Amino acid sequence: MILWWGKKKAKDETTGETPLEPVADASPAEFEPASEGGPAAPDLTPPPAAPPPVVDGARKTGLFRRLTEGLRKSSSRLIDGLGAVLTRKKLDQETLDELEDLLVTSDMGAAVARRITKAIAADRFDKEVSDEEVRRALAVEIAEILRPREVLVDFSTGPRPRIVLFVGVNGSGKTTTIGKIAASLSGMGASVLLAAGDTFRAAAVEQLKVWAERAGAGFLSKPAGADAAGLAYEAVEMARRDDRDIVLIDTAGRLQNKTQLMDELSKIVRAIRKLDPAAPHDVFLVLDATVGQNALSQVEAFHHTAGVTGLVMTKLDGTAKGGVLVAIAEKHALPIHFVGVGEKAEDLHPFSADAFARALVGLKD
Amino acid sequence: MFDALTEKLGGVFDTLTGRGALSEKDVNEALREIRVALLEADVALPVVKTFIDGVRPKAVGEEVIRSIKPGQLVIKIVHDALVEMLGGEGEPEGLRVENVPSVIMMAGLQGSGKTTTTAKIARRLKSVDRKKVLVASLDVRRPAAMEQLKILAEQVGVEALPIVQGQLPADIARRAVNAAKFGGHDVLILDTAGRTTLDEQMMSEAAEIAQIADPQEILLVADALTGQDAVETAKRFNDRLSLTGLVLTRMDGDGRGGAALSMRAVTGLPIKFLGLGEKLDGLDVFDARRVAGRILGRGDIVSLVEKARAEVDEAAAEKLARKMAKGQFDLDDLAQQLRQLQRMGGLGGVMGMLPGAQKAKAAMESANVDDRTLKRQEAIITSMTRKERRKPDILNASRRRRIAAGAGVDVAEVNKVLKMHRAMSDMMKKMGKGGMKGMAAAMGGMMGGGMGGPPGGLPGGLPGGPPGGGMAPKGGLPGLGGGLPGLGGPGKGKKK
Repeated sequence: MILWWGKKKAKDETTGETPLEPVADASPAEFEPASEGGPAAPDLTPPPAAPPPVVDGARKTGLFRRLTEGLRKSSSRLIDGLGAVLTRKKLDQETLDELEDLLVTSDMGAAVARRITKAIAADRFDKEVSDEEVRRALAVEIAEILRPREVLVDFSTGPRPRIVLFVGVNGSGKTTTIGKIAASLSGMGASVLLAAGDTFRAAAVEQLKVWAERAGAGFLSKPAGADAAGLAYEAVEMARRDDRDIVLIDTAGRLQNKTQLMDELSKIVRAIRKLDPAAPHDVFLVLDATVGQNALSQVEAFHHTAGVTGLVMTKLDGTAKGGVLVAIAEKHALPIHFVGVGEKAEDLHPFSADAFARALVGLKD
Repeated sequence: MFDALTEKLGGVFDTLTGRGALSEKDVNEALREIRVALLEADVALPVVKTFIDGVRPKAVGEEVIRSIKPGQLVIKIVHDALVEMLGGEGEPEGLRVENVPSVIMMAGLQGSGKTTTTAKIARRLKSVDRKKVLVASLDVRRPAAMEQLKILAEQVGVEALPIVQGQLPADIARRAVNAAKFGGHDVLILDTAGRTTLDEQMMSEAAEIAQIADPQEILLVADALTGQDAVETAKRFNDRLSLTGLVLTRMDGDGRGGAALSMRAVTGLPIKFLGLGEKLDGLDVFDARRVAGRILGRGDIVSLVEKARAEVDEAAAEKLARKMAKGQFDLDDLAQQLRQLQRMGGLGGVMGMLPGAQKAKAAMESANVDDRTLKRQEAIITSMTRKERRKPDILNASRRRRIAAGAGVDVAEVNKVLKMHRAMSDMMKKMGKGGMKGMAAAMGGMMGGGMGGPPGGLPGGLPGGPPGGGMAPKGGLPGLGGGLPGLGGPGKGKKK
């Protein structure tokens, strides 16, 4: 939350420390527990223009906690499975096969799961290993893949108004994500405009309007069935006129294999570019954590059509682990910006490779 | 994918030729390939394991060992087993709505498509079953969710329970049941808020609603694009709500739909409907064969036909058929075909759904025939004058140069389009004479044009084409049997 507005990314790469607060009873060993005081972002240096960022050190439910809570409650297959697999002491082939299977159940994909399993087996095969050890090794391996994709968005710099477009398949959580981002940005003093570009789905406009009201953000909509590209164009014009910092443009959900709908999306992008050739400055693809291997196809198609600049993964508060992000991260150099872990405004967090990887393998108990 | 699997299995079994017996290792290897294929199709791992264990004895059977093409036989075994596991052939039982009023409760994760599905089912009950339907949204969480259902209800012409702000879901459920009783409705559909199964509060709320409304049907609405989580979600909802059936949405996506198998397997519940698209008539009765084929990556012919049906303008197709019968097929018609093909998801989209078309697809890719080609060809035609389009014969060199400049291509490309047009036009003349008007109509309607492909651009004789029409369903499936002669490259004549 903290870091989206008026922040400079302050992440200690060497320790792999994330801007997310680890849970208090953090496991020892490789993960250095951050100091209690300001675990979120120690070297936060807000640029002068921006309002003081809210450090949420007080809030106990950090992303990691939420993720782990979800996982723990779920008595998730992966964790249970890992526990079962690793009661055995020796890391033999059978154990490895089972490990691989368990990674598969996170939607990581068969190929990636195999590769990761092989990697951790390299210097441990046939050795006595503890449960914790293997989990940590897996987490390190997964985090390694994800870390280059962990990129915080700094909305405070760059062009003004900053134009952000949200794309994705139906029901992935675009509108909710926009609402959450708008609420946070507004809370930090940014002047935000929301554009209800989903002119197709019934009541999508009303849904976004509620979020705009909650956030005290500007709001632009058109009657149902209106041309979304025209609306996007007007939104940019309006933001300039009203001197907004940021425009968040919602779009209708569309399956990536629907040519006509994808054409419509590229038209939206073209309309925006008429006013600002460099825009949209960010194009966020919103992915649902429950999605399987189809996410790869979504990433490719939306990237091709709309030039996706980053990913948001929603619904990580359920039983789904979103392991497909690992497969995506292996294949595409696309930053992963946020994860959603609930329906409330504060349930959107910057993505952390370490937290995600650890939650994925059920570390931290 | 299906082809890839066939190939891999072929590879596994080919090595056996002459040895006479399958070793356990061979079988395991084959089963491993099937396993990976299923995982890639998003079938949940526990289900994959059960499935493989079930298939194993058949796959090592005497029949396979003796078979000339064991790979194909194994695939058939796998396919049949999938159909079986998905509920077998034939339509599943319909909704139980004999009581008056009958209550149907919808449940599912956020964004799975409950509200849209509610409207689709309401529409179906109203128009097919002639029921008087009332819908009510119990989603007090998501902003404007209730408005959404209200708007959709209006669109499908059923009543929606008036919205009372600030009521709790349980109270709305009571009010809805009463309203249905007193309003003389046959069916009440309760749309509920999306919830994760971990949200204890929301799950007990759902259970409470079920207790109050006593529904005859509790349907779990799930996204067909769901991955491994499908089992977990289905199991957890089923534990708390005693579901009666499943609805899979977004079957119009390009996901492989393994979730269908996963959910069916862990709950044992019938998949009642498939949701396709946002249009409110996009609801199909579940068909196990179709979904099995799709999971295996075999072409989803039904989807293709549906897509074609949705995109083809019947009047235009008929007009074209008449013209073709007379041996007239001008460049406007060709342009129309190209556009239609693009609307159907381009060459890739169409080919992806065809069985046996994988190789053709690869060949096209290597020959640089892609959807941009279609667009470019269309641009070339639209750069012509009306007269030129009607009478391509007048296109002399200078006209061609002008057209090329207008479309931003080389003259050679213009020539290619003209050549393609001539080839197609000849073929159609032949067919017209052959009295195959129906088929011609179908072809025209579907993809005769695009698939006819630029004879110059496609490498001669793309391998395969649809295998012997064996997959092509009978009747009412215009264009598939005959509509793809072009896939065979210049060798079109051989089809019928």
